[in-house]
Amino acid sequence: MSEDLHIKMRDVRKAFGAKHVLNGINLDVPRGQSVVIIGGSGSGKSVMLKCILGILRADSGSIQVNGREVIGQSTSDQSEMLQHFGMLFQGAALFDSLTVWENVSFGLIQGKNMPRGEAKDIAMAKLAQVGLGSEVGELSPAELSGGMQKRVGLARAIAADPDVIFFDEPTTGLDPIMADVINDLIVKCVKDLGATAVSITHDMASARKIADKIAMIYKGEIIWEGDAIEVDASGNAHVDQFIHGRADGPIEMDVLKP
Amino acid sequence: MNFIAALGRFVLEICAEIGRLCVFIKDSVWHCFAPPVYPRLIFDQMVRIGYNSLPVVGLTAFFTGGVLALQIYIGGTRFNAESLVSSIVALGITRELGPVLAGLMVAGRVSAAIAAELGTMRVTEQIDALATLSTNPFKYLVAPRVIAAVLCLPLLVVVADTIGIMGGYIVGTKSLGFNSTVYIKNTVDFLEFDDIFSGLVKSAVFGFIIAVMGCYHGYNSRGGAQGVGRATTNAVVSASILILSANYVLTSLLFSS
Repeated sequence: MSEDLHIKMRDVRKAFGAKHVLNGINLDVPRGQSVVIIGGSGSGKSVMLKCILGILRADSGSIQVNGREVIGQSTSDQSEMLQHFGMLFQGAALFDSLTVWENVSFGLIQGKNMPRGEAKDIAMAKLAQVGLGSEVGELSPAELSGGMQKRVGLARAIAADPDVIFFDEPTTGLDPIMADVINDLIVKCVKDLGATAVSITHDMASARKIADKIAMIYKGEIIWEGDAIEVDASGNAHVDQFIHGRADGPIEMDVLKP
Repeated sequence: MNFIAALGRFVLEICAEIGRLCVFIKDSVWHCFAPPVYPRLIFDQMVRIGYNSLPVVGLTAFFTGGVLALQIYIGGTRFNAESLVSSIVALGITRELGPVLAGLMVAGRVSAAIAAELGTMRVTEQIDALATLSTNPFKYLVAPRVIAAVLCLPLLVVVADTIGIMGGYIVGTKSLGFNSTVYIKNTVDFLEFDDIFSGLVKSAVFGFIIAVMGCYHGYNSRGGAQGVGRATTNAVVSASILILSANYVLTSLLFSS
């Protein structure tokens, strides 16, 4: 019996001028599972994520979400699709001009035309879910620490009870303890919602904690994928070098040797 | 050969930039008219673009009106035409200096602010976040600024015209010895509706230019703080040049008819 795929990517390519960032990505994301994409800086992780979201348009290939083609879809179809998505950005990407609760409820008020009072109640509940008190809701994002901003970003990502949640480098820039707190929250929120999760990270501790499946991207291609528990015995030299953080190996960094 | 290749790349880049700007203008105009409209955001922008620009526009207009009166008086005495000071001040302010100076001052103030705000939102992924929250960034960020600028600039120019003429009146009556009643009568008798109306039409176009250039450069900014700085500079420079160019074209069109 074939697997129930939530997201299916086939031969997806994307170039910026002469620079080819995605060189034929093939990836399956089963429904209800948490897939983590690992890879070095500049390997195409963020571009891949933005192509799925429709923020960037892939040059060729096929991206299907729930069996519907994303590439070339109309703006209204994209808008409808995005109502089922949530996204936690690397820097949280909170709107400076709005308070914390307005940030969390933004998608409900603007995207779903929910009355502000009702949206505020949901925002406060979501903030509580990520361990933030109601007093935080009235603050502005600039008054929050990096960890708190990430938690507000997570609350915003789950505010509309999405089917799919994307996490872009969720632990980057956080201390190890706060990173673990965020990882726990991600696992809890995804489980509570029963959502499909796609994360990109180069933090292996985070990947091990939140992933059901792991895929590695290198030079715009998925070079290995498997269950999270298999990553240490992948038999792939690129994966081994990456997860152990070794400078020597098949992955060549664009750094001039002294 | 390298020179020709470099020239070719430069020309192609210019053509691509013009194409991108045209698409951006088309999308901006479309989203100004297509629902949903955000009245609260438009009002907020009207306060920031219009109300907050009143001091700078008012001061500029006041001193420009005063200087104009002095210069026309100095020039006029050479031809025994001192009596034309009030009429030429009114004409100069309403037709040209009011809209152009208000446009340039607001371009410096507002275009830069819009480019910096949207540029920061771009580099911190806030614009991408808007898209993921089912909100069209053009509708939410660009359209309210364009609508507010097009509505506010004519109002600012009405204020600039009034204060500029008043500046000329104060200098004319207090410093140059004109009779107050005669100065006002000459101004009112000489001014026609078309003089004021043409300035208002120009200012609405200038408002559009200011908002679109600020939004375009901010929306497409790249490369962190340096990119935002570059976007801000480009927004002010391009808006100012386009205002002066559009002023010539509009003046030709309005007064040839």
